Amino acid sequence: MNITGATRYRIAVASRVIAAVLGGYMLAATLSMALARALPMTREEATTTATLLAVLSLPAAALWVFAARSAWGAWAGIVLATTASGMAAWLLGASI
Amino acid sequence: MAWLHGWAGLVLGWLLFAIAATGTASVFKAEISDWMRPELNARVDPVLALTAAIRQLEKKAGDAPAWYISAPDERTVSPIAAYESKTAPNGYVQEAMDPVTGRSDNIRDTLGGEFFYRFHFELELPYPWGRVLASAAAMVMLVTLISGIITHRRIFADFFTLRPGKGKRSWLDAHNVMGVLAMPFHLMITFTGILTLISLTLPWAGIANYGNDTEAFYNEFSPGFYSRPAAGRRAPLGDVAGMLNDARKRMGGRIGQISIVNPGDAGAVVTATRHDGDQLAYATGSVAYDGVTGTLLSSYTEARPAKKTYDVLYGLHMGRFAPKFSRWLYFLCSLALAGTIGTGMMLWSVSRAKDRKPGTAFVERLTTGAIGGMPLAMVAYFWANRLIPSAVAGRSDLEVRSFFMCWGAAILFGMLRPGRRGWSELMAVTAGAWLLLPALSAFTVGRGLLASPFHGNGLFVGFDLVAITLGAIALSIAIKAARSPAATVGRR
Repeated sequence: MNITGATRYRIAVASRVIAAVLGGYMLAATLSMALARALPMTREEATTTATLLAVLSLPAAALWVFAARSAWGAWAGIVLATTASGMAAWLLGASI
Repeated sequence: MAWLHGWAGLVLGWLLFAIAATGTASVFKAEISDWMRPELNARVDPVLALTAAIRQLEKKAGDAPAWYISAPDERTVSPIAAYESKTAPNGYVQEAMDPVTGRSDNIRDTLGGEFFYRFHFELELPYPWGRVLASAAAMVMLVTLISGIITHRRIFADFFTLRPGKGKRSWLDAHNVMGVLAMPFHLMITFTGILTLISLTLPWAGIANYGNDTEAFYNEFSPGFYSRPAAGRRAPLGDVAGMLNDARKRMGGRIGQISIVNPGDAGAVVTATRHDGDQLAYATGSVAYDGVTGTLLSSYTEARPAKKTYDVLYGLHMGRFAPKFSRWLYFLCSLALAGTIGTGMMLWSVSRAKDRKPGTAFVERLTTGAIGGMPLAMVAYFWANRLIPSAVAGRSDLEVRSFFMCWGAAILFGMLRPGRRGWSELMAVTAGAWLLLPALSAFTVGRGLLASPFHGNGLFVGFDLVAITLGAIALSIAIKAARSPAATVGRR
């Protein structure tokens, strides 16, 4: 199959949009779960604090995705951060 | 980053403009509601008004499971009650009540400022989709703002740059001035806007800590909330005025709203929530009483640091704490945000005018109606309020329908008549509608600048002055669009 430069560019852009929207949301979700378990407060206060902090990771992730050199690099960063916070949440005993 | 700024802004730009415009109107939600109910005049002590409302509710809504009533204050004259009703078309009633008699049959049926407020975050879509879409739009807005700041190398110099009459450059300058001047406000209002809906959009921290135990979640999050089931035995409400006066003393402030759960039952609970007009935080303390005996059941003031931080961030978005001067600042900054979005959309089209691609032309045509039509739709809502007779059934729905019909008509018009002529004509009609509103209002209800500028009609005079100002702005855009060389974009 012959993929032209313009098509390749569009696929890369679409890939970054998905990384920013879905990846960014996954990161915010897993980070909020990890923080909710880790923060040394009563659980309702930890829940509020975790949510307030984690929501900032979504725009940060979106900016990272579009600032990264390549779409592959963008994905790698998001997947790495999400996996790390997801693992942390799981190890800290987050229920789902 | 410039690329991200341009495209992210485009995707939800039309929606963001509508959200910003209705949000701007929501700053004066209370005042708009009073303007739209010109029958009401008397200012009454909130406790007297609330007890008058309760007496009427006992007569007509005794079978409702609960009544929720917001108290009148210095910004709004009438108590507004909400309760479930089997006879109402959508299952519940929300109505303003006369502060003296508690009756609502002599007041025109309208949503007032509540319509703009609801549309601002629910977008007239079924729950939860409107809220989710509004949150997504706000997140895109935040990304657009941050990438816009990064894009903007000359941020300080542009503060002082406005080159009018230079086509694209003028749009860019206007975009930059309005965007940069109120940038802290734009960032604040967008971020706090996301936070108001965060329990819906990002519930995962709560799920991590509570799992399926929603009861524990609600108990720990709202310890001040007292509830109990109906006893199943009839019992009349006790001395509600006495309870409310006691609540005022305990809370050290005015009453914002009350709820009466299980009215007419032995298990009735009267809860008074403190007015939030004198504090930053949106959530306030509350006091609950046994509705029959008046015994104190619970009393709560928020003191937890994280929850309080959230309440303050929420309150910053609502701006209800703001006294007159800062309320106007909220209004002007919100207007600047709407202007930044609108000029940004114009820039997108102007920059790509030479491409002559069908997509670019479509965007430009849609922008004309979707953005230019919004102020027209808003004024149509006000016109409908003055023109539809009080006796018409489903009156408030007709007002809302006027808004959407007008917006839809403007979008259609923009599709058929693009470019500077479309803009110019649309703005001319908008200007006419805003400029004539004071005359219409004087003619139909006899309150305001032209009818009786004194005698406690300050709100009506202020409303007229804002209408004339908005009309003048629209008129100047109409004239500019008719003359400006840059607006020839659409002619091809």
